[in-house]
Amino acid sequence: MKRREFLTGTLAAGGALLTSSVTFANAMPGGKSRLVFVILRGALDGLATVPPYADPGYAALRGDLAIGKPATAGGALELDGFFGLHPSLAFMRQAYAAKELIVLHAVASPYRDRSHFDGQNVLETGYPQPHAVATGWLNRALAAIPGRLATEKERGISIAPSAPLVMRGPAAVTSWSPSHLAPLDDDTLQRIADLYSSRDPLLARKLAEALAAQAIADEKAAGPAQTLSDTPGEAEPAAAKNGRPLLAERGKPGARYAELVAAAARFLRQEDGPQVAVLDTTGWDTHFNEGGAKGQLAGRLAELDAALSALEAGLGPVWNDTAVLLTTEFGRTVAENGTRGTDHGTATAAYLIGGAVSGGRVVADWPGLSPQKLYQDRDLRPTLDVRAVMKGLLAEHLGVPEKALETSVFPDSRAVRALTGLLRA
Amino acid sequence: MDRGLTSAIAANRFGLGARPGELAAIGGAGPDWLRAQLDGRVPQIPDPALQSSASILAQLDELRSAIRAERMSNAGSGRGGAGSAPGSAAAIGALEKLPRLIRPIYLAEAGARFRESVATDRPFVERLTQFWANHFAISVDKNVLAALAGSYEREAIRPYVLGNLNDMLLATTRHPAMVLYLDNQLSMGPGSRAALNLARRNADRRTGINENLARETMELHTVGVDGGYTQADVTLLSQVLTGWSIAGRDSWRTGAQPGTFLFRAGMHQPGAKIVLGKRYPDTGYGQGVAVLRDLAARPATARFIATKLARHFIADDPPAAAVARVATAFSDGAGDLPTVYRALIASPEAWEEPAGKYKTPSDYIVSAFRGLELPVKSYKGPVGLFQLLGQRIWGPGSPAGWPDRSADWDGASELLKRIEWADALGQRTGSRSDAMALAPQLLGKTLSAATRQAIAHAASGAQAIALMLASPEFMRR
Repeated sequence: MKRREFLTGTLAAGGALLTSSVTFANAMPGGKSRLVFVILRGALDGLATVPPYADPGYAALRGDLAIGKPATAGGALELDGFFGLHPSLAFMRQAYAAKELIVLHAVASPYRDRSHFDGQNVLETGYPQPHAVATGWLNRALAAIPGRLATEKERGISIAPSAPLVMRGPAAVTSWSPSHLAPLDDDTLQRIADLYSSRDPLLARKLAEALAAQAIADEKAAGPAQTLSDTPGEAEPAAAKNGRPLLAERGKPGARYAELVAAAARFLRQEDGPQVAVLDTTGWDTHFNEGGAKGQLAGRLAELDAALSALEAGLGPVWNDTAVLLTTEFGRTVAENGTRGTDHGTATAAYLIGGAVSGGRVVADWPGLSPQKLYQDRDLRPTLDVRAVMKGLLAEHLGVPEKALETSVFPDSRAVRALTGLLRA
Repeated sequence: MDRGLTSAIAANRFGLGARPGELAAIGGAGPDWLRAQLDGRVPQIPDPALQSSASILAQLDELRSAIRAERMSNAGSGRGGAGSAPGSAAAIGALEKLPRLIRPIYLAEAGARFRESVATDRPFVERLTQFWANHFAISVDKNVLAALAGSYEREAIRPYVLGNLNDMLLATTRHPAMVLYLDNQLSMGPGSRAALNLARRNADRRTGINENLARETMELHTVGVDGGYTQADVTLLSQVLTGWSIAGRDSWRTGAQPGTFLFRAGMHQPGAKIVLGKRYPDTGYGQGVAVLRDLAARPATARFIATKLARHFIADDPPAAAVARVATAFSDGAGDLPTVYRALIASPEAWEEPAGKYKTPSDYIVSAFRGLELPVKSYKGPVGLFQLLGQRIWGPGSPAGWPDRSADWDGASELLKRIEWADALGQRTGSRSDAMALAPQLLGKTLSAATRQAIAHAASGAQAIALMLASPEFMRR
């Protein structure tokens, strides 16, 4: 029996109507639209990704880490005569030329201290203060889309073992990550599902979600499941295959995220599948040996760029309905620190990319990098609240009503006006 | 309190899951069994093959110089002009040498730790060790840390788990693994002798502060993010910690053993500094020691750590009364950790049903191995297994360590993987293990009628084991 049919019979009664026949309505506002949110954990250096090469303060303060002007060796990829892109970001530069990339600069969340963990909490909860709630703005936005029922099937998926904070909350969402373990037989699964539905509603719901997600992943990615080796517990996961090599990952850029991105694309391509996917990335905390056009950060950026390119390829025609937002918790010091890196800062860059994006421009009210313009004498001064981007995207792309944006999704944000015109008409 | 229930709670909530016979040995005296584990020396991992951090760092250092020398000679011999340009055969050969040194060390250390978790008869102490290793977290995604994570835990965490917080704070902050992880080894005071010398020689070398270690020391290791410090305190503490470095190949000059902690006075920012309102005269290395001692003793530190302990052992949102009790014990005992643990054990909230916590992948794996008495034969397999179920050993990915709320671990995909693994274990062990007999031994009075019935009606011994391991009471603690 197919996993999906099995589900229809057994788990529908459990409350999570994963295989319900409610159809979503692509006719609904935003029904076809797809949104990918990429969290860049660790405070990605926006002055390295989008160097303001024409600002005289840039090279002066950055020293050896400064990315050179366009058309110099290792120089930035030209954007608009003032800003460039890091030379590792070739696909993003191509998207810019195709008018599918908006770079937003001097962006920050409302958080103004320099803790990664509080900064990420604010970025994900959407509240002005850290640890205000245990739910995320993206989940609350899904819950606020009109015409949605609480029992509707999952509209969001986290490409991760567990949902990151931004995806937790009242709306039904699911998660998926590669397993490489052999699937269970349906009888055992049925008995476990029965045990959960009598004893543990949370586990019952999670199991139902997992099976629904796995069904989608299996349909399109037919590949034999790996069986366990002879000794119990000695499963040797295919480290190189699951996108997270154990140690010393090397090789082609893109290998790091390849499997995750391919899966995200499969989910989003489903006509009645999730509309929203979250990808989680780490490794952007460059205190030491950050590098410039080459080096540590350059390598990571090449991997990220390759992942975006693979996402476009994987989505096929759905790319045209897709907007990908990439943000980080805060930026980094303008000046190089004592160990060829940068310390925690304030404003940084954000990126909106995809076929649905009205791109080919840099959106920045540039505060300048002369010493008297810096925030607290060290950081890029924020001039754009990242919630303005999120609000504009949620309203125009997913049809989240303005009232919800101001109340449940981003409380206390009335002063932050949604950016409009981020998407193609 | 139901005495029978305390056995299962002690073994599963405070320990690493019962081994067959353990609940009977506890005999309904859960709190006593836990308190008894706090007596005596801290168990060390008995494996003569494990090396010290200093020895590992010396090998790494030697290998790096060899790689450099090889590159230079390749460049000199004119092969390809660029010599070791990235991507050249020579460069790739050199790059492979580091993982070849690092990976076996990581596998041996992680395997030894896993074996200890499975075998220990003081599982509460082992849980505490892992709690502290996660509190003073380092992460192997910074490659060199994969070589040091195990020796760091053995050298800077284990010996202090039954000691005083102040000693553990000092041991971790100055351990080469932490110094490297938070980038302090080259942090140089702008007014230090070394910086002035470099400036005089107009050397093209960057000098200055790296504030990473100072920030995380306050935010993550002591007072917590709401502990009342400012950016100025971070900046000044980072100056205090300049010079906290590692001895290298210059040992002929410094007299220090390579790969051990070294206070480099020449890099230390001179002068008195004010941190959190208190002035610390410049006593060199002693200045940092004094600040750390005061940080460890602050009430905010007691509150922060009490909250983390209560969240770890009791509930995601720990009861205020329990936190207050533990924090008070912390302050009253001047940082004596067994006093703190006894207050935790004495908290009635810790002995209530239902279980408030969902097991982490690590706790889940270890408890299954303990419950089924599986042998830890090779090291490679279990290490891969932790990654597969979502918790790579010593790999939290950030200095904040692994998160500690159920919602961080109970994702749909991660649950399914656990069940698939439970099923695989059932298939391997079902023919010789009897889940009907085993379940009461592992879960005691927390075993529910529904689970007991499901196991009784299982179609096979294998399925019965899978149902036991997948049951809600085995998933939670």
